[in-house]
Amino acid sequence: MALAAAALVSSATAQAAQAEETIKVGVLHSLSGTMAISETTLKDVMLMLVEEQNKKGGLLGKKLEAVVVDPASNWPLFAEKARELISQHKVSAVFGAWTSVSRKSVLPVFKELNSILFYPVQYEGEESERNVFYTGAAPNQQAIPAVDYLAKEEKVERWVLAGTDYVYPRTTNKILEAYLKSKGVKAEDIMISYTPFGHSDWQTIVADIKKFGSSGKKTAVVSTINGDANVPFYKELANQGVKATDIPVVAFSVGEEELAGIDTKPLVGHLAAWNYFQSVDTPENKAFIEKWKAYTKNPKRVSNDPMEAHVIGFNMWVKAVEKAGTTDPDKVIDAIVGIKVPNLTGGVSEMLPNHHITKPVLIGEIKEDGQFDTVWQTDDLVAGDAWSKHLDGSKDLVADWQTLKCGNYNTVTKKCGS
Amino acid sequence: MRAAAAALTLPPYEAHFMIVLRNFLQAFVLLLGMASAALAGPYEEALLKFTNDSYADTDAAIGAVAASGNPLAVDVVEALRDGRLLVGSGQVFVRRASGDLINAATGQTWGNPTGELKSVRVNNRVRRAIEAALGSLTLLSPDAAKRLEAARAVFRSRDEAALPALEEAIAQEGHVPVRNALETARAAILLSKQDALHTQKLAAVETLRDRGDQEALALLSNLPSHAPLEIMAAAGKAAEGIRARLAFWQAFQNVWYGISLGSVLLLAAIGLAITFGTMGVINMAHGEMVMLGAYTTFMVQEVIRSYFPGLFGASLLIALPLAFLVAGSVGLLIERAVIRFLYGRPLETLLATWGISLILQQGVRTIFGPTNREVGTPAWMSGALDIGAISLTYNRIAIVVFAFSVFAILLLVLRYTSLGLYVRAVTQNRRMAGSMGIRTSRIDALAFGLGSGVAGIAGVALSQIDNVSPNLGQSYIIDSFMVVVFGGVGSLWGTLVGAMTLGIANKMLEPYAGAVLGKIALLIAIIVFIQRRPRGLFALKGRAVEA
Repeated sequence: MALAAAALVSSATAQAAQAEETIKVGVLHSLSGTMAISETTLKDVMLMLVEEQNKKGGLLGKKLEAVVVDPASNWPLFAEKARELISQHKVSAVFGAWTSVSRKSVLPVFKELNSILFYPVQYEGEESERNVFYTGAAPNQQAIPAVDYLAKEEKVERWVLAGTDYVYPRTTNKILEAYLKSKGVKAEDIMISYTPFGHSDWQTIVADIKKFGSSGKKTAVVSTINGDANVPFYKELANQGVKATDIPVVAFSVGEEELAGIDTKPLVGHLAAWNYFQSVDTPENKAFIEKWKAYTKNPKRVSNDPMEAHVIGFNMWVKAVEKAGTTDPDKVIDAIVGIKVPNLTGGVSEMLPNHHITKPVLIGEIKEDGQFDTVWQTDDLVAGDAWSKHLDGSKDLVADWQTLKCGNYNTVTKKCGS
Repeated sequence: MRAAAAALTLPPYEAHFMIVLRNFLQAFVLLLGMASAALAGPYEEALLKFTNDSYADTDAAIGAVAASGNPLAVDVVEALRDGRLLVGSGQVFVRRASGDLINAATGQTWGNPTGELKSVRVNNRVRRAIEAALGSLTLLSPDAAKRLEAARAVFRSRDEAALPALEEAIAQEGHVPVRNALETARAAILLSKQDALHTQKLAAVETLRDRGDQEALALLSNLPSHAPLEIMAAAGKAAEGIRARLAFWQAFQNVWYGISLGSVLLLAAIGLAITFGTMGVINMAHGEMVMLGAYTTFMVQEVIRSYFPGLFGASLLIALPLAFLVAGSVGLLIERAVIRFLYGRPLETLLATWGISLILQQGVRTIFGPTNREVGTPAWMSGALDIGAISLTYNRIAIVVFAFSVFAILLLVLRYTSLGLYVRAVTQNRRMAGSMGIRTSRIDALAFGLGSGVAGIAGVALSQIDNVSPNLGQSYIIDSFMVVVFGGVGSLWGTLVGAMTLGIANKMLEPYAGAVLGKIALLIAIIVFIQRRPRGLFALKGRAVEA
């Protein structure tokens, strides 16, 4: 059913396209299935950005046209739909994917057909591809600063690394564990716990966290728990009386959208680390939120970090196309490195040679109204590292698509390809 | 003094002058040998720190305000906690619950402050300071609940400065639980206090041993290095005792968690025990009935929130019959429109109901949006009950009780009503039942509606612990089938025993194997079990089995 609906949508846009020549932009986000909860919003943002650009006169004298497909939270289908967008609809760039596994699934397609993907979600790093631009945070732009904040401001000495059992939490926790140990944290002061996708019975784990946290040393939970499982996790925390003043939880996958489904009063003070919060008080952000609410005709609609990543990515792509004077992927890939666009938190983000961007890191505490109060932020923008400096096997690698033309150049062996 | 206080209310451009004036006045008063002058200074100086918008300064200010002994101190700290402490043009104000503004320095009502007022920002560090400060400030509050809270806050902060207030509070406390809390707080402070008497410390160890929980254990096993050997030995012995006690409770806790997980499984599976168990329909849309029940709860709460906010505590009770009706009628519709044409063709039924489940999911997604919906928890279901060394959360207790009631009611319905009799008859021998004059197709429809309705009320309960999103049902469908197949198809008792066995086994495994491995181990165990006993725990006997 969902597939049929998506096919209808795309064929409808295809018909409209015949009227005049347009530049097509692919939107590859799940509109059905488990990930629809997070990805549908990103589709709406892309449609809004395209509409806005068209109001400004389009791009290179042509109108932009969004081609929306629905990969239905089905990882192999992501690859198929990406192929459809590139070969059939001839899109100039694709904005999409959320989970790491969906990104990995479409990578070969983008390489083979030489197109461009903008990936807007914070991820585990350890990757840099010529055809992909990572506008979400790498671990050094989210996880490491968050841990630093807890150690410094909350004087945390014991760490619970809790995550859903898949590639992003596993890699992030590996990096964090190495990082904490390098800072002198003992192995017995780190507890690692993984849970299946959509885990809903958190009684045992929350009780374990409480026990681990009552040793007399200040304890914090670093949560890489994914999407849906967060609601029951936070409900259990609240019910068992784990307060942020005793054991704070800092989350990397919980934003304004996820909190919209929970009563946040018992969660006040728990933290999240992102590169953007809806509550950030800048003129750019205010204007964006106003536009967004007007576009969705919903005054309660929230904005979040991956949305900002798409805004930055889209604006960078537009600038790069204007600079290159063409939408040809090879020329755009060369032109986009070094492009700077304002982000929504008052800074200017730059596309780096490793295809990651510079971003500020913000730590926010959950407020009663489900928004975040920024309690700390980096003075400057942080450059995203494709390869973590804290893991063996990755600390010698650098990615540079401008001079080295390589995504994993080994600085020790001086060879491309680890 | 009065002059200094009045000076504080001056506009900001005179602030510098004001400080000079106050310093001068203080020096002057001190010269006169009037010790009371010191009372005004630190409090107001501390207040000014709130205007700096720095967490460190706010933290320091709380301590100073609490220590100042000013009668307004409690008001100021409470206002800070609730976001009612405002700053503007270099001054600090408290907004009372009534909406009145008072000047925090003088306590006078303030009509129209010039300029914009901002509330002082709070983070975890500040919240901890607030808690500690209120702890020592409200130890003598007339409200017993407040005193208990204060005692716990002092226990956590272990602030030596609170000791005199604590002694005073213990001396007058008549309420036993509060007194116990106060005494453990005193014990915690004395244990880490360097110059406390030997006997005091030994008594403290005793008190903590009697408290016997995780926190006491942490205190006893982390004695400061300057503690005398004798105290160390006593503490070590007490800690041993507490560990043994906790290990006992730990086992009890795992069983309870198992029962609670089991009742969630029971709720999710019990409707399926009717539709799949007794009718043999592989209903892949069963989870979506649960989801519809959860969304009904959401709708009920929305209506109550906007029109009858006073009824919120009863919202779940109101949602129960509605969820039954909504899910039940959808189930009835599905049976009449699709399933009745597919009896005896399990593969087609499976595919058709799977399609229906996708339609329902996407339908809900279109109407309510893909994001989670917030279903509130009534006050009587929030919080936890402390028994011994463990805490049982009220919402889990409610779900366990609810699951068993639903089970009992369903059992009675099947046993003692005519509908139940017909359903059992049709289950056991469809053709014979038909020959006896039972309209089997009508019974099928009703039974399917009943099963779906029960799934709907399960949704009301599950909305309390899980996401209310279009995917809610999917996460329960596999577990539900597992329970029914394991327990024995066609047996309600089997479903109960199956759910409880799986729940408890899962929770006993989890602490040792972790959540992921525990689940895998359980699945393997079930596969092996089904290999040996294909009909589950409670197999139906007799001719029906061969049919």
